[in-house]
Amino acid sequence: MHRKFIPVLAILLTLTIVLSACGTTTEPAGVQTIVETVIVEVEVEVPAEAAVEAAPAAVEGILSRVLERGYVVCGGRTDLAGFGMLDADGKNLGFDIDFCRAVAAAVFGDAEAVEVVPLTAADRGPALQTAEVDILSRNVTWTSSRDAQWGNFANVMFYDGQGFMIRKDSGITSTDEFDGATVCVTSGTTTQQNLADFFRQNGMEYEAVLFEETPAVYGAYEDGRCDVTTSDKSQLASVRSGFADPDAHIILDITISKEPLTPAVPHGDDAWFDVVKLVSFALINAEELGVTMANVEEMKSSENINVLRLLGVEGDWGYTDLGLDPGALANAIAAVGNYGEIYDRYMGPEGISFTLPRGPNNLWNEGGLIYAPPVK
Amino acid sequence: MAIKEMEQDIVRPPQPPGLVKWIKENLFSSVFNSILTVLLFPTILYLLYLVIIWVLFGANWKAVSQFPLLFAIGQYPRDQIWRVGFVFSGFMFMLGISWGRWSGLLRSIALAAGSFLLLIAVLPVQNPQLDMTMRIYLGSTILITLVGYLIGNKTRLKNAFIIAGWFVIPIVGVVLLAGFENSERIPVVHTTLWGGLLVTFLLAAGGIVLSFPLGVALAFGRRSSLPVVSGFSTVFIEGIRGVPLVTLLFMFSIILALFLPVESRIDRLVRALMAVTVFSAAYSAENIRGGLQAVPLGQIEAAKALGMGNFKTTVFIVLPQALRAVLPAIAGQFIALFKDTTLVVIIGINDFLGIGRSIINSDPEFVQMRTEVYIFMAVVYWIFSYMMSLASRRIESTMGIESNL
Amino acid sequence: MTPQKSDTTAIPFYRDERILKIIAQIVSTVVIFGFLIWAVINFLKAADARNMELSFGFLKEAAGFPISNPPIDYEPSMTYGRAFIVGLVNTLLISGVGIVTATIVGTLVALARLSSNWLLSRMALVFIEFHRNIPLLVLLFIWYFVVFSFVPPVKESLVWPGPIFINKRGVYISWPRLTDSGSTFLVLSIIGIIAAIILYIILRKRRKNTGKNTYYTPISIGLILIFSVAGWFLSGGSPFQMDIPFLKGFNYQGGLRLTPEFAGMYLSLSLYTAAFIAEVVRGGIQAVNKGQIEAARAVGLNQMQVLSLVVMPQALRIIIPPMISQYLNLTKNSSLALAIGFQEVFAVGKTTINQAGRAVPVFALIMITYLSLSLLTSFILNIYNRRIQFVVR
Repeated sequence: MHRKFIPVLAILLTLTIVLSACGTTTEPAGVQTIVETVIVEVEVEVPAEAAVEAAPAAVEGILSRVLERGYVVCGGRTDLAGFGMLDADGKNLGFDIDFCRAVAAAVFGDAEAVEVVPLTAADRGPALQTAEVDILSRNVTWTSSRDAQWGNFANVMFYDGQGFMIRKDSGITSTDEFDGATVCVTSGTTTQQNLADFFRQNGMEYEAVLFEETPAVYGAYEDGRCDVTTSDKSQLASVRSGFADPDAHIILDITISKEPLTPAVPHGDDAWFDVVKLVSFALINAEELGVTMANVEEMKSSENINVLRLLGVEGDWGYTDLGLDPGALANAIAAVGNYGEIYDRYMGPEGISFTLPRGPNNLWNEGGLIYAPPVK
Repeated sequence: MAIKEMEQDIVRPPQPPGLVKWIKENLFSSVFNSILTVLLFPTILYLLYLVIIWVLFGANWKAVSQFPLLFAIGQYPRDQIWRVGFVFSGFMFMLGISWGRWSGLLRSIALAAGSFLLLIAVLPVQNPQLDMTMRIYLGSTILITLVGYLIGNKTRLKNAFIIAGWFVIPIVGVVLLAGFENSERIPVVHTTLWGGLLVTFLLAAGGIVLSFPLGVALAFGRRSSLPVVSGFSTVFIEGIRGVPLVTLLFMFSIILALFLPVESRIDRLVRALMAVTVFSAAYSAENIRGGLQAVPLGQIEAAKALGMGNFKTTVFIVLPQALRAVLPAIAGQFIALFKDTTLVVIIGINDFLGIGRSIINSDPEFVQMRTEVYIFMAVVYWIFSYMMSLASRRIESTMGIESNL
Repeated sequence: MTPQKSDTTAIPFYRDERILKIIAQIVSTVVIFGFLIWAVINFLKAADARNMELSFGFLKEAAGFPISNPPIDYEPSMTYGRAFIVGLVNTLLISGVGIVTATIVGTLVALARLSSNWLLSRMALVFIEFHRNIPLLVLLFIWYFVVFSFVPPVKESLVWPGPIFINKRGVYISWPRLTDSGSTFLVLSIIGIIAAIILYIILRKRRKNTGKNTYYTPISIGLILIFSVAGWFLSGGSPFQMDIPFLKGFNYQGGLRLTPEFAGMYLSLSLYTAAFIAEVVRGGIQAVNKGQIEAARAVGLNQMQVLSLVVMPQALRIIIPPMISQYLNLTKNSSLALAIGFQEVFAVGKTTINQAGRAVPVFALIMITYLSLSLLTSFILNIYNRRIQFVVR
C-alpha cells in the first residue's frame, strides 16, 4: 500500500500535461516569464498601467483574427421568434442573425461564413467581455453600464420599448388599475428592473413572477398565472399572435422604457467596430435609396450618385481603409437585402414569425427613427 | 398394479399456480388487500383510459413530428448528414457483432433498435424529412446490423477485436463529425451546430469514458500515503461533491475563460464536457474508494508474496476486485450522468432538451404544444435511462453481484 | 525491506523510497500550485484589463430587481446582500420541506413496494421507475408547465375542505395564526417542552441506572400539557385564529400560500428524491436477516412491533449513509429551481451577475454557500449516524 505513489504520480503527471495542453497554446517556457511579470505587478501595485502594457494583442486584432479564421463568430440565440430561431433544417434564422450574415457577406463575400453561438441572457456579457464572440447580436438593449462594461455598441437596429399585455376580459384599460396585479416577467434583464421602477414610481403594489426563459413567461401568462405580462412590445406582439385567441389580449398603449436593441462588439478593436457599424449603415441607406436584394446588380449602373457610392462602383468611401473590398457592402445587401427587407422577412405583413407595424423602426424620412450617416 | 402404485409415489414438481389461485394469493390475500385491490383496479384503468384518449385524440404532435432531424442531430448541416449516418451505422454494426457474439441483453437492445428503425422506415406518413433516401438508409442500417450479427456469430473473430472496435468507432466518429481543416469533402463542422440526441449521447458517453480514469486516479490519490496528494484529492472530491452541477457548468462556461490566457478559446461543448466529467469523476472516486477499502488486505499480501510489483498488484489484483464490488454504484452514477446532461440547457447548449425548448419557442404556435413536446422528451429520456439500468442489472446478475440498493 | 534500509549506500537515490516520496510530493505541489497560481495570474490580468471589480462592496448597493414572494421582508430598493439572503432562505425552505416530504413519501412507497398486494407493489414499482429514469429538469418542466396548466384560474378556484383554495396563483391553505395574546401561550408551551425533555432524559437515566420505574413518559407528557393549558388560559383562551383566504381584487389574500413555482419545485424535487429514497429504504429492510423477523414473531411480537422494534432499528444502520447523500443531492438539486422561476440562491446570484456584472465575487459566494450547506448537513447527519451505529452496535 505505502508504495502506491508511483502510479499516482504517473497519473497526476499525465493529468497535468493534458490539462495544460488543452488550456493554452503558450510554449512551456512562457509560463515562467508570466509568473515573474505578475509578481512585479503585485508588489509595485500599478495594475492599471501594467495591464495596458501586458494586454494581449488578441483582443486588439479582432478584424485580423476574423480574417484569419475565415468566418464570423456571432453571439445569438435560437429561441426567440423573429429575432433568433431555428428552422426544421436546423438553420439559424431571424432579424439578429441576418445582421451577422450581412457582416459576413461584407467581409468575406459569403453570407454563410458565420458561426452562430447560442448564448443565454447570463453569459452574453461575459462572452463579449472575453471576446469569445466577434459580434453580439442577440436583441441586447444598449445601456450605459453595458457599454462601459461589456463592449462597444454599434448602431441601433431596432427601437423597442417595454409595454404591458393584459386580458381583454379583465376590463382594465390603463396602468392606473394595476395595483395588486401579478406580473409575469423575465428575470435578469432590464425588463425586470423597469417593472420594479415603474411600480415604485407610481406607488403601487405588485407581485412579480420571474422566469429565466422568455417562453416560460408567456406560457405562464396565457395559463392565467399572471394578470399582466410585460416585455419589449415587439415581443409582446409576436407572442400574442401565437396565442390560441390573440384577440382576447390587448397590448396597452403605454411604453415605460427605451429599449434600443443594438449589436455590440468587444472592446479594443476600432477597425472591427467600424466595419460592423458600416454594414448597419449600408443596410439602412440601401432601403433609403431603394436598393434591394433583387436589384442590387442593376443599381450598380444607376444614375444616382449616392447609390453608386454605396455600392462601391464610384470612388472609395473608406471601405478599403478598413480592409474591405469596394463592393463589400453591395455583397451584404445582395446576401440579406436592405433593412426593410430584413424587417419584413420576419415581422412584415407576410413575415415568417409575426406581423408588427414598423412604427419607430420606419426610416427617418417616413416618420421613424431609423437613420444612417451618409456615404461620402 | 405395481406401475400404478409407482406412479402415485412419484413426487410431482409443484404445478404453476392457476390464474384464480394467483389472483387469490396476490390480490385478495387478506381483507385489507382485497379492499385495496377493489379501489386500485378501477382507478388504474381509468387513468390508462385518460392517457390513451389524450395520446390518440387530444394531443397535437405536430411540433414533434415536424422536426425529427432537429431532435436527432440539432443544427448539423443537412448536406453533411451522411457523416452522422455513417457513424450511426458503425455503431449499429458493432452492436450487431456483439449481439452475434454475446447475445443476452445485447440481443434485446439490437432487436429493439432494429425494429424501431424498421418502424420509422415504413411509417406511412408524408414528411419532407423522411424521404426515400432516408428510408433506404434506415433499411440498409438494419441490413448492416444483421451482417454484423452474422460476422459475430459465424466467424471466429477475436473478442479483443470487438472490444477494440467499441473504442475505435466513437473516436473515429467524433473525428469524422468534427471534420478536417482545408478539406473539400469533409469540411469542419463547428460544435455549435451539433445538437439534439447527438450532443446528449456525446456528453454522456464522453463524460463516462473520461470521468472513469480520473475517478480511479482520485480514489487512489485520496488513499495515498503522501499528504500532499491525498490532501489535494480530498479537497477536490469534497469540493466538487459539495456544489450542484449547475454551478460547475456555469463555472466552466463563464468563469473559466477568465482564468485562462485571453487568446485561448475552449470550445463550448468541450467546456460543458469538462464540467460533466469533473463532476462525475468526484462521485466515481468516492464509489471506487469504497471498493478499494473492501478489498481484503490478504489479497495484496498474497500478491506481494507471489512477487508482484506495486503496479501489477494494483492493476491485476486490487482494481478488478474493487470495481466488481462497486459496479452497481458506478452504474447508477453513470445513469445519473446521462440524466444530468440535460442541465447543459442552462448554459445555452442545445442538447435534446435544448432543441425541444428551441422548437417550442421558435414559433408562437408551438408554445401551445409544449405539453406534447415535454412528454415526448420525457419518454425518450426514460427509454434510454431505463435501458441503461436494465443493462446494469443484467451485468450484475451475470457477474453474481448482489446489489442491495 | 529491513536489510535494504541498513544498506542505504547500495541504493541509488532514484530508487530510495523515502527520497522518491519527497520528490513526488514536491513535484505534485509544484504542479498543482503552479497551475493555480498561473490561473490566478491570468485572471488578475484579465480583471485589470477589463476594469472588473473583485470586491464584495456591491452587496451593499440597491438591488433594484423584484423577487417573487420573498419569504422574508424584501423590496427592490434593498441591497444585493439582502436579496442574496432571501435566496438563501428560499433554498433552505425548499430543501427542508423537500427532505421531510421525500422521506415520508419514500418510506411509504418502499412499504408499498414490499406489500403482498401485487397491484400495490407494481404501482410502487411504476412510481419508482418513472421518477428514477427521467431527468429532474424534464420532470420539473412537466409538473410546472403541463400539470399546472390544468389548474383552474382564480375566479373558478377549486375549493377543498379546510378550506383550501387551489388556482393558477397557487394553493391557499387556511392556517392558524397567533393572535396578539398568542405569544404568552407560545412561550409557555416552549418552556413546557424544554422542561419535559430535560426531565425525560434525567428520569430515563435514573431508570436505567436504578432499574426502578420512574414513569418518564407520562410525567413528561403531563408537563407539556400543564404548561400548554396554563398558557391557553393566560392568553385569554384564544391564542390562535384561523386565517382563512378570501378573494380580494386580483387574488386571494390571507392564509398560507404556496406559489405554483414553489409547489412545482417542491413536488418534483420531493417525488424525484422519494423514488431514490424508496429504493434505499427497501434495500435496508430487505437486508435485515429473515431469521430476525421469524425470531421476533416467535417471541410473540405483533406485526407493528416486529417492524418498529426489530426491523427498523437494524435497517436504519444500512439506510442512513445513503440517505445522507440523497438529502445532499436534494439540497443541491434545488438549484434547478431557476428554470421555473423559483428564486433560490443560484437564481438570485445569476440575476445579480446579470445586473451588477460581478461574475466572480457572486460566483464565489454561491459556491461557498452550497459548500457550507453540504458540509454542514453531512457533518450533522454523520454525527447522528455515528450515534445510531454505536447504540445498535
